[in-house]
Amino acid sequence: MYGKGLRTLSIATVATLALALSLTFFYAPLDADQGFIQKIFYLHVPLAIVALLGFVAGGVFAVLHLRSGDSRWDAYSYVSIHMSVIFGVAVLVTGSIWAKASWGHWWVWDEPTLVSFLIVFLMYATYYPFRYAIEDRERQARYASVFAVTAGAFVPLNFMAVRMAESLVHPRTFATANGGLPGEMMLTFLVSFAAMGLLWTTLVKFELTAKSASGQLKRLRRALDAPAPGGTSRVAPEVS
Amino acid sequence: MLASLLSSLPVGAPALPLDEAGKYVAGAYVVFLVLLVVYVAIMAAKVQRIERELRELAGFAETRTEEKAEREAEVAEVGGG
Repeated sequence: MYGKGLRTLSIATVATLALALSLTFFYAPLDADQGFIQKIFYLHVPLAIVALLGFVAGGVFAVLHLRSGDSRWDAYSYVSIHMSVIFGVAVLVTGSIWAKASWGHWWVWDEPTLVSFLIVFLMYATYYPFRYAIEDRERQARYASVFAVTAGAFVPLNFMAVRMAESLVHPRTFATANGGLPGEMMLTFLVSFAAMGLLWTTLVKFELTAKSASGQLKRLRRALDAPAPGGTSRVAPEVS
Repeated sequence: MLASLLSSLPVGAPALPLDEAGKYVAGAYVVFLVLLVVYVAIMAAKVQRIERELRELAGFAETRTEEKAEREAEVAEVGGG
């Protein structure tokens, strides 16, 4: 069910990623201030935006789960958050590399954008122990959904708070003052953003397909494990 | 502390020479690639496990079907004899 269209999506993702990389290194002009180091921007910023949108999507799926009680939405919410946490790791590492190259420091504690992203990331890192501390499957899904809704609402609030904070150091991607990004840079950024969005969607779909297959396998194992008349069960224990 | 930090900010700083900037850019893209490869490798291992389990279950289901057919044949023999 989840695997439908996965092949097409994967091909589109690879093609868009290849296009984004080509534009980044062969089309986008060098930044006047930062020079070649600014190429990290086309990786770091789309990753960060997609990760944050993924957290919000996790919250939206959690709302749908709480409203309908359908465990499918819980799976969507869980996988969205899971994928965004992985993207978050990439954001923090690429951001640190960029900071070291630009500012001479791996991390700057008084920069609101960096610290707020770290707070969001750490908040979602607690999602796993919180979720798996609850044994009962139904309660686990319900509580995890409440967490995802609350944390998902925090993400845009946090984003707005950071935008409102006056910062001298962190670049603004879509700043209207001083002209914003030039056309070639904006095009490269938008293609990179589309590539990251597609990558996130493909990986979420891939993960959901694997989870669904694993779940169906467990059901099949349980069904087959019922001792046959006059026979004994020979099915190996479940592999979680 | 703050003064030294502010003096190191990129505002108005000249572009890094390509050889120095190159290693940071390459580092960032390699980190992304490594993360992606590690994730895909983990997923590939999961898919392999699912495939193996599916083969086991298919084998088990086939054995059960054969056993059932044998038992039915035995019952038919006893009934007929």
